[in-house]
Amino acid sequence: MDFLRPSTLEEALAAKSAHPDAVPIMGGTDVMVELNFDKHRPGALIDLTRVPELAAWGPEGDGVRLGAGVPYTRIIAELGERAPALAQASRSVASPQIRNRGTVGGNLGGASPAGESHPVLLATDAVIELASVRGTRRVPAREFYLGLRRTARQDDELITAVLLPRPAGPQHFSKIGTRNAMVIAVANFSLALDAGTRTVGTGLGSVAPTPVRAEEAEEFLAGEFDWDGGAVLDEAVVRRFGELVSSVARPIDDQRGSADYRRHAVGVMARRALSWSVTDYRKSLQDPRGDARCA
Amino acid sequence: MSGTTTRAPGDLSSTTRDGVGASPRRPDGTLKVTGEFAYSSDMWMEDMLWGMTLRSPHPHARIRGIDITGALKLPGVHAVLTHEDVPGEKRYGLEYEDQPVLAFDKVRYKGEAVAIVAADHPETARRALERIEVDYEVLEPVSDSRRAAFDPECPLVHEDGTLPVHEEYNQHGNVVRHQPIRTGAFTGGEALEELRSRAAAVVSTEYEVGMQDQAFLGPESGMAVPAEDGGVDLYIATQWLHVDQRQIAPALGLPQDKVRLTLAGVGGAFGAREDLSMQIHACMLALHTGRPVKIVYNREESFYGHVHRHPAKMRFEHGAEADGTLLYATLEIVVDGGAYASATPAVVGVASSLGIGPYEVPNVKVDAYGVYTTNPPCGAMRGFGAVQACFGYESQMDKLAAELGMHPVDLRIKNAMKQGSRIITGQLMDTPLPMAEMLQRSKDMPLPPAREQLPDPSDLRTLPGGVANTTHGEGVVRGVGYGVGLKNLCFSEGFDDYSTARVRLELIGGEPVALVHTAAAEVGQGLVTVKGQIARTELGVERVTIHPSDTQVGSAGSSSASRQSYMTGGAVKTACEAVRARVFEIARERGLVSPGHPDAVLSLQGGKLVSETDGVLAPLADVLEGGAVEETREFHHRPTHMLDPTFGQGDSHTQFGMCVHRAVVDVDVELGLVKVVALDAVQDVGKVMHPQQLAGQIQGGSTQGLGLALMEEIQVKDSQIRNPSFTDYLIPTILDTPPMRIDVLEHADPNAPYGLRGAGEPPTLSSTPAIVAAVRDATGRALTHAPVRPEDIVGIEL
Repeated sequence: MDFLRPSTLEEALAAKSAHPDAVPIMGGTDVMVELNFDKHRPGALIDLTRVPELAAWGPEGDGVRLGAGVPYTRIIAELGERAPALAQASRSVASPQIRNRGTVGGNLGGASPAGESHPVLLATDAVIELASVRGTRRVPAREFYLGLRRTARQDDELITAVLLPRPAGPQHFSKIGTRNAMVIAVANFSLALDAGTRTVGTGLGSVAPTPVRAEEAEEFLAGEFDWDGGAVLDEAVVRRFGELVSSVARPIDDQRGSADYRRHAVGVMARRALSWSVTDYRKSLQDPRGDARCA
Repeated sequence: MSGTTTRAPGDLSSTTRDGVGASPRRPDGTLKVTGEFAYSSDMWMEDMLWGMTLRSPHPHARIRGIDITGALKLPGVHAVLTHEDVPGEKRYGLEYEDQPVLAFDKVRYKGEAVAIVAADHPETARRALERIEVDYEVLEPVSDSRRAAFDPECPLVHEDGTLPVHEEYNQHGNVVRHQPIRTGAFTGGEALEELRSRAAAVVSTEYEVGMQDQAFLGPESGMAVPAEDGGVDLYIATQWLHVDQRQIAPALGLPQDKVRLTLAGVGGAFGAREDLSMQIHACMLALHTGRPVKIVYNREESFYGHVHRHPAKMRFEHGAEADGTLLYATLEIVVDGGAYASATPAVVGVASSLGIGPYEVPNVKVDAYGVYTTNPPCGAMRGFGAVQACFGYESQMDKLAAELGMHPVDLRIKNAMKQGSRIITGQLMDTPLPMAEMLQRSKDMPLPPAREQLPDPSDLRTLPGGVANTTHGEGVVRGVGYGVGLKNLCFSEGFDDYSTARVRLELIGGEPVALVHTAAAEVGQGLVTVKGQIARTELGVERVTIHPSDTQVGSAGSSSASRQSYMTGGAVKTACEAVRARVFEIARERGLVSPGHPDAVLSLQGGKLVSETDGVLAPLADVLEGGAVEETREFHHRPTHMLDPTFGQGDSHTQFGMCVHRAVVDVDVELGLVKVVALDAVQDVGKVMHPQQLAGQIQGGSTQGLGLALMEEIQVKDSQIRNPSFTDYLIPTILDTPPMRIDVLEHADPNAPYGLRGAGEPPTLSSTPAIVAAVRDATGRALTHAPVRPEDIVGIEL
């Protein structure tokens, strides 16, 4: 197996172009597990740890451009206000050691349906930046996940960044595991409200072959939500929202949980995230000095 | 842990520093904490080869042929061996010799060893395994333990003639052992209807305990080095060097003294190292190639490479009078032993004799079955048959209390055993058993603050689900539950599990130093510290060296059954006493003791020979000038007996230990997630040898019980393990582990050295039912399966 060590993005893209079957490696928290268990034997590894721009984030427009190689620890410490749900999701990842190494880019590269980042990227309408020697393109997260561990990324492309829109309302992320830390998600859910466009974003993980949105639930809630007054929602509305979220789940029974439980759990998480969001939204209306968009 | 209230002993007046009752540092502690300790998987020799094992992909299949030619042709491969290459006995086993060294004729579980390879690189060995062709005829798995026990049409795991015969207990078919127990009205035949009619309350329930894994962190590993005398030296992580030696030597066709074992660094055991794993394989490869051979299992292989806790299916019925007095109890328990017997017969002996728990019940009927299936083999694990029964009988106590409108602790106290009681086998409880007091102390312990009284109730780490942010308090209900368990300590049923110690006292650099040599396995429990404490107390010297454990000294028995402080502690104490007596003799010969001082007034303290009446008589150095004093002693506990095969009566146990737990939980009743808020223990240990290590044992045992209550289960479907990894076999993390208040009692057992009772296992029994009871209290659900799954709490059928 070749171990390629580019030190610039240009070299990295050239390496990926020359070795389309090569697996990029950053923190190694996913790739090394696959290698150690002998699940994959790629022809080459491309070590991206020396490519500086991958490990940096900065403003772009009124949002954030997050390098694909920024570890979860930094997202938690540095992006709590600019990307609250992603920071929340990052906090639920594995252990401190893994969070020091693991990255959103790795989560997207592996594209496990259980990955913590995906529901947030769907709910917040984030955009994935892909680059190759042919150029750079941007794909909305909502069009990125195509099938089980299959994404819109072409073989010669590297995931270079994620574009996170500025929060325009409450955001939340929740994850079910059968212990209180260090656990792969049995089910994930993320909710993001956009007060500017008066739209709702959702993302579900571990309940289908790919991360999915609950579009009907989004539209339903966008119509029912009191965008002007933030009024407490009828219990029936909250319940209906939970049902609509559950209805898009296509879960399986496996060693981590049953399909019925997963379907049930995303519904509960959706109802709770909605009630937290209403509380946040009302708070932001009552306290105009506070940043309404940063729940 | 906060709130630890371990009490220090007051009755031993040792003046020597770091003796019995103190908390000296472990000799291996710093190395382990700094990552420098050499575990068995860290061993290395320049010319060593790597051994690897080919395992069966099928749970049940006939082997039609094995073709190794492709593997042998691979450069770097030094040996490929199958059952045909086993030099001696082709089977081994702890109790029954029923397990093939390498499979022949049939494989009986998925992961069974079929062939072994030695190569100059682990990757070469792995590739060689891929080139071995095994022709299997796949057979129907025998997956259902109840069917194995009761269905005469069930296919046999071991066909006639392939099993050793044990007439009284090994009756038929797939049953390894059936142990009935009958007392009171049940000795006269069918009494159940009459007893039912007299009972004011009857509760009858089926319970299940899942297959728990010991989940030690250091996988099976060791190194075999061929010796010039044709024998082999094996460096191995095990629990009992001599029982390994006893099984390895016949398989190699060697006399016992040609197979020498030395304990390598053990990364946890909990029962999983009681059976052999790679021992014979490494020795075979080393003897075949003439090179040292190292074998290390990886994590997935480890799940197939050791026995697990027996899963149990139990049917209990209890009847009580209106005031709570127990009238009768019946239990049918089937434990699944998997493909090979391992410790199944002994597990049945414990599960039956302690099946109803520490309660006075005049009429009892127990039928305990251990069966063969094609599931993963099960054997020893901390608690050993008593854990499964305890989950059942404690659940029954809670249900009965609810039925009678009594507090669960009051019902338990009403029926509590005490000194002078008899357990259901007729054995007299002839040592202190302050069960009622322990239960009351547990009930009276201060409760943790309510959620709303926490400094920050919104701190996610205090909530079920933790930082995964599933609740900010919604759906969270608090519950409280109790559990008590009775565990036999040391081996039972006629087994003489003696221990041996050699103690040498000599001058090194003018200073007296004791050398303690045993074959006892230090598996993390801290025996290595306790041996030194005993030598210091008995010989009055501060400097003690602990010799590496090996087979150059007599057997120490197993590091299991909570027995090493009792047995090897007893052997070290006895050997020290013999050394001391010899020192007194020498002192007399040298004229250092005047005639008016009998041995009874002499002692060794602070490196000096001391008289009770005249003070210091001489420095110990003066006595030892003429040379070292060395004595070797065996220590035996009182004899025990097999249970009789009809009524299950007999004094089968050596000693008893008890722990009481009170668990407080917060349950997210909508999502089925649990946060254990407090897990407080009351345990009688007879005598505290090392307060800090004792607290560690109680915390560790309680946490292992927590794992069984809430998450730990090897999921087996159609005889296949679904979760052979630490990704999917979950054990508690620090965020799952609550603060533990520990209240230790010291009612001495007069039969035991220093009055001590083994402490490692009892907390593992009681913490599981206490936690499940607390979850029931919060949810109102029946919860008859341990571990409790989120589905069980929210009411989704599995």
